[in-house]
Amino acid sequence: MRLSRLSRTTLGVVTGLILFLVYVPLLVVLVNSFSTSTSLTWPPPGFTLEWWGRAFQSAGAMEAVATSVQIAVVATIISLLLGTLISIALQRFSFFGRDAISLLIILPIALPGIITGIALNNFFRTIMGVPLSIWTVVIAHATFCIVTVFNNVIARLRRQGTNLEEASADLGAGVWTTFRLVTFPQLRSALLAGGLLAFALSFDEIIVTTFTAGSGVTTLPIFILNNMFRPNQAPVVSVIAVVLVVVSIIPIYIAQRLSGSEQQRR
Amino acid sequence: MTTHAPAPPGAPANAPGQARDAVPRPRRTPARAASVFLSTHPRTRLALLLSAPLFWLGIVYIVALVLLLVTAFWSVDSFTGEISQTWTLDNIITVVTGSLYQTVTLRTLGVALAVTLIDVLLALPIAFFMAKVASPRMQRILVIAVLTPLWASYLVKAYAWRSVLSQDGILEWLVAPFGGHTPGYGLPATIITLSYLWLPYVILPIYAGLERVPDSLLEASADLGGRTWPTIRLVVFPLVLPAIIAGTIFSFSLSLGDYITVNIVGGANQMLGNLVYTNVGAANNLPLASAIALIPIVIIFGYLFLVRRTGALDNL
Repeated sequence: MRLSRLSRTTLGVVTGLILFLVYVPLLVVLVNSFSTSTSLTWPPPGFTLEWWGRAFQSAGAMEAVATSVQIAVVATIISLLLGTLISIALQRFSFFGRDAISLLIILPIALPGIITGIALNNFFRTIMGVPLSIWTVVIAHATFCIVTVFNNVIARLRRQGTNLEEASADLGAGVWTTFRLVTFPQLRSALLAGGLLAFALSFDEIIVTTFTAGSGVTTLPIFILNNMFRPNQAPVVSVIAVVLVVVSIIPIYIAQRLSGSEQQRR
Repeated sequence: MTTHAPAPPGAPANAPGQARDAVPRPRRTPARAASVFLSTHPRTRLALLLSAPLFWLGIVYIVALVLLLVTAFWSVDSFTGEISQTWTLDNIITVVTGSLYQTVTLRTLGVALAVTLIDVLLALPIAFFMAKVASPRMQRILVIAVLTPLWASYLVKAYAWRSVLSQDGILEWLVAPFGGHTPGYGLPATIITLSYLWLPYVILPIYAGLERVPDSLLEASADLGGRTWPTIRLVVFPLVLPAIIAGTIFSFSLSLGDYITVNIVGGANQMLGNLVYTNVGAANNLPLASAIALIPIVIIFGYLFLVRRTGALDNL
């Protein structure tokens, strides 16, 4: 199959058009965050920096950010530990039920969030009798974050093989020493990439969070959802949205650097 | 270095017997003993590796899912609001026969199918361009361009469409001079927004699938006289089908359970997720909510069962 010049150009134009459509809504939010209109009017009747000032002084927003960061950090640490353990088990051993376990790991993201959410809500409240709190959110988030760590770590384990670990064992290193000096350094960037994704996933999660958060727990997505429909808060929400998009460039940059340096090594 | 070589002048004097001990013998610590035991017992190693993650996923997730199923067969005492653990089929019957649930199920299915179809149609050309036409440099840029919106918050994107589609929004402003109107908030807005939200999830697996199709196959097809369309239909499509299905699992499953997008841009329309949400919160009827939640579970497991033979699950 040799694509004609015309079809190449058409494909390029279609691709450009779709990407343009992908970015327009985000740009509209950026412009709205400076607009004097509180009801998302287009074109903006005028421009102001008032919302940016208000957003950074909003105690509710700042508290919500702090709550979200706390939850995401703890959930990421738990998912890093569990994800690493289970990917070593599934990659380095073959045993009965291995496929079932790998299905079990993807299930929390393959099923809609609302099912995970209501299942955990029911489990905590009705079955265990545990009141919902910040910790129930952490448990829920860690459950679906395991898969991102697992995907990254198992891909790395598959690629690096067992030669170096065997060499280390032949030279007399025990199980711990081999893990500390051979396996772990090779996993480090995969763990960073998986951890970043897990953090982002947890930070952004809203559906499972609404079902597992105690009444006083306001994460940033919950804060945004609560304020989105209030007339005077809508532009503040736009500001938070813009800040979130800009801040998210940092993990993308790091993730790209990580995968880029890997491609050069290969 | 061998012990028989004479020590060079200036080097620290080494008696022959000492060089052998240059590598110290490991001390007998508990950690060392455990390490020796573990390296000779791989099954114990496996059990230790698996115990914590399986405990977590088993207790937190599987038990919770099974109990959700069980709760659907319980009922709520209408006086106290407490859940009474007596077996009843009432909730299931309500959900299967109630006209509200039938309508909402059909609506949700329709939305999920439309979203999936739109996403596949949009993802195919862009993934094909990325994998087979773009230069390596362009390819890197495009991957970043597709991934970036994935990191932007879900709510931010739904909110962005709320402002684009609003009566005073940019879409109305753009199409009004040509006599057009924004669809406003409703089901079309829900379909647009959900398609937008899940598009990267569909592009990425299809792109990865197309990357794996070797260029030599396309050249062979051309050498044998295959023109563009027959090659795409007979060579590329069968090879990429599992990847396409993997992408549809995401858009389909994510749309089926969504209730927040429909709250933001859907006007007064309800999807299955909204019914579950109201019954957990305001109505405080967890058994009924569980019974409603079984509908998407059944649909998705049915879908996974249908596509399991295609190998799509390995492409997730």
